[in-house]
Amino acid sequence: MDAVGVLIALLKIVVLFAVVLLTVAELVYFERKISAWIQNRIGPNRVGPAGLLQPYADVLKLLMKEDVVPAAANRFLHALAPVVSISIALAALAVVPIAGSPVTLFGRSVIPVIADIDVGVLYILALSSMGVYGLTIGGWASNNKYSLLGGLRSSAQMISYELSMGLSLIGVVMITGSLRLDEIVRHQAGWMWNIVLQPIGFVTFLIAAFAETNRLPFDLPEAEHELVGGYHTEYSSFKFALFYLAEYANMITASAVIATLYLGGWQVPGLSRLGLSTGAEIAMQIGAFLAKTAAMLFFFQWVRWSIPRFRYDQLMNLGWKVMFPAALANIVLTALVLLFVE
Amino acid sequence: MSYPDVLFYVFAALAAVSALVVVFARNVVYAAFSLLFTFLGVAGIYVLLHADFLAVAQIMIYIGGILVLLIFGVMLTTRVTNVDLPGGVLKTMPATIVSGILLGTLLRLVTRASWFVEPELPSPEGTTAAIGDRLVTTHLLPFEVAGILLLVTIMGAALIARTNGRRRDA
Repeated sequence: MDAVGVLIALLKIVVLFAVVLLTVAELVYFERKISAWIQNRIGPNRVGPAGLLQPYADVLKLLMKEDVVPAAANRFLHALAPVVSISIALAALAVVPIAGSPVTLFGRSVIPVIADIDVGVLYILALSSMGVYGLTIGGWASNNKYSLLGGLRSSAQMISYELSMGLSLIGVVMITGSLRLDEIVRHQAGWMWNIVLQPIGFVTFLIAAFAETNRLPFDLPEAEHELVGGYHTEYSSFKFALFYLAEYANMITASAVIATLYLGGWQVPGLSRLGLSTGAEIAMQIGAFLAKTAAMLFFFQWVRWSIPRFRYDQLMNLGWKVMFPAALANIVLTALVLLFVE
Repeated sequence: MSYPDVLFYVFAALAAVSALVVVFARNVVYAAFSLLFTFLGVAGIYVLLHADFLAVAQIMIYIGGILVLLIFGVMLTTRVTNVDLPGGVLKTMPATIVSGILLGTLLRLVTRASWFVEPELPSPEGTTAAIGDRLVTTHLLPFEVAGILLLVTIMGAALIARTNGRRRDA
């Protein structure tokens, strides 16, 4: 890789960072707005037009707060945990392709993904399984019983749901015959999206994604009525902001991955028939990808404000006794269908 | 020094330094967390060797599976989280002998191996398909045996987890 190649890679990473961080800010705003609509309230409407600048005021507030570290905490690991959380959340997005064909930049063709690796699906699974470390390290380093229990819960929850997540993906991989995300998206041309071909796999993956991102109805690691604040009880100021950021970045990653794997990624049905120029096609594809991701994000928030939290044993029962067999059955079913079709 | 060379030394240093922390940490939780960075460093070296499947499998299985369970176990066991590891003479002797044998074997391997240095290796288009083919053709028997071993392990674990044949919850 030469200097320009490195520069382009860096540029992509910076753009991704900027887009995700700005989206997180607006996501927090929309979370509050959607909760307000669902609960028949108005929501934030004071800072900026229609309250749009509210998240920036919140960030400023968090930045100016005192950073409290408990006296008995492990200072190094306490500071490391939020960094681990946010890095892993952002790293998973590196393999998600956002358009179909390369764009020309600085006189060379640039692929619309940061890293087009051969094992994209496995990479995503590997990183989602690493997400647990930030919470576990934070929970342990805080030296607080509630934090530790929150961290432990997150480990147990993620281990349980990772299995169903990986198994539901096997159906997609079987249909496509590749672990490369680009090929998985290409395979979903027209309306042949994996949500149509893999309905059971889609549902199990979606539920597992909710559990992996610690969103309601699976936000037991931070269930405030039992665990105070969960793993981030002892976090304040910017470290807390980082955990908060990581939670929303995880949601963006999960939405982008679901859009890529099951909703056709950048595919726009019937786009090639419109006869647009390459540039316009790429723009449409990026737009479609963003729209699908945004739809998933809205779904995440909609569910959060509609469904109550599970009890811990219910969560584990669902994970092991419903999701796991369903994902396994999906593999057998997919294999049978493929056997008869081919 | 070229770009991959720099990355190699970064990953190698990460793996080596964190491995030293694993060995010398008096706190078992530190050792467990430090192992995370050892695994990451090794995964990075795999990537540099164009073994992308192996690298991701390393992260998934060792970091995402085994180490999580290890940390889980360490944290759930009361009085282990903050206890220093005892290092008595009784344990030192057998440990020295075992490590000595291991060190000898490794040194022999390192010195006798013919190091294949090819600066411009053509980067292969991923290794996943080749690994998959080999697993169900040439190496089918070991693959199946490993599968049966894992199945037996799962059954054993389920048996242990059940207390006196009664279901714990419900």
